[in-house]
Amino acid sequence: MLRISIAAVALAAFAIGAVSGAAADDKPLQPWERKENHVKPPKGSPLDYLVSGYWFRTPKTRALQDDDFENPAFLWVEQAESEWTTVDGKAGKSCSSCHDAVEKSMKGVSARYPVYSAKNKKMMAITHQVNYCRENYMKAKKWKWESDKMLGMTSLIGLQSRGMPVNVSIDGPAKKFFEAGEKFYHQRRGQFDLACVHCHQGNFGMYIRADFLSQGHSNGFPTYRLKWQKLGSLHRRFRGCNNNIRAVPYKRGSPEYTNLELYLAWRGQGLKVEAPSVRQ
Amino acid sequence: MKFGRRVLTPLFAAALAVAPFAAQQALAQGKAPLVKYKVVDEDSIPKSLTGKPGDPEKGKKWAIAGRLGHCIACHVMPVDEPYMGEVGPSLVGVASRYSAGQLRMLIVDPKVVNEDTMMPAFYKADGFHRVRKAFVGKTMLSAEQVEDIVAYLLTLKEEEKQ
Repeated sequence: MLRISIAAVALAAFAIGAVSGAAADDKPLQPWERKENHVKPPKGSPLDYLVSGYWFRTPKTRALQDDDFENPAFLWVEQAESEWTTVDGKAGKSCSSCHDAVEKSMKGVSARYPVYSAKNKKMMAITHQVNYCRENYMKAKKWKWESDKMLGMTSLIGLQSRGMPVNVSIDGPAKKFFEAGEKFYHQRRGQFDLACVHCHQGNFGMYIRADFLSQGHSNGFPTYRLKWQKLGSLHRRFRGCNNNIRAVPYKRGSPEYTNLELYLAWRGQGLKVEAPSVRQ
Repeated sequence: MKFGRRVLTPLFAAALAVAPFAAQQALAQGKAPLVKYKVVDEDSIPKSLTGKPGDPEKGKKWAIAGRLGHCIACHVMPVDEPYMGEVGPSLVGVASRYSAGQLRMLIVDPKVVNEDTMMPAFYKADGFHRVRKAFVGKTMLSAEQVEDIVAYLLTLKEEEKQ
């Protein structure tokens, strides 16, 4: 009898343990933790898996991005669609004069940018390329990096790669730019003495005050940032980060930020292009 | 006038080295020249930077304030505040784990203890890369503020943990 009751107690204790254990295991995984949202990192990546910044945002923010009619970035995209066929500059050309329909000619282009340009002997972001065309082929004035027209145009071009995996080249002539970007990423800077790697590699999925840290990928840019109430460029985001850690930022379009853009694109190699995304 | 200032600055620095405690009072918050300190056992600054204990009430304020210590940006603290950071260890009961000297060291320059830490140095004015002009040659906290925060952290004993 005694033996039975001991066994019963032991069994009950085991059952309780099992129940509480199950309760702990049942804690739902957060969206960025779920396997189905992970992408295999490129060879040599320091990350175990890649996950888009999309999955670090609230369901409400994600819903804004999911619906093109709700996504505020599409106001800029619509402007850019008409800009695409509008003649500008002394050559009397528009984008479509050379590139025809944006849906066809620009398909997959953003996914492989930035690229090394042998002609210009430099790393070119898509924004550099748009201005290169404007100055050299259209004989038109350059657009400012953060102007509405430029953000709209780079979003329209980015949109043609939406859903396609980021696929930048880091070999050959791109290699030294890639390495410079990698160095930038690990360089401590500013009075806070922080490098990109400190927040975005080991600490994603955690809060720094009210900021929820993601892996810091670039696949959603240009992005409509709720904090900005505006569409903005990746280089604007870099400047914001640098300023926050009390470091002197570089100029938008600078070689330093363009190299970093290349390195970041590689860190997110395989993630789907989401431009123009919505972020917090 | 300009000449006078140039002469005064080294004199001031010399005075500071000789009598840091008196001179410290005259210093504007977070500006060089810094109070010299001695590291003991590679992880501790046993002596107060100001020569006296700080004010824990003020320290609590600096620990929360956004442009000063802002400890809660990265650490959970036993205070009633939303959005406390998670990237650093919790400061609940921290006084039961570290001595005053160790806490002072970690605030002044935590890289002396762990060179890979992401925690900024709050009483260091140089050796940084591309610091914004407004912050060049300045520390994040004054020596008094460091002491105030040390005094506050020393009140966070383990038994306060609920």
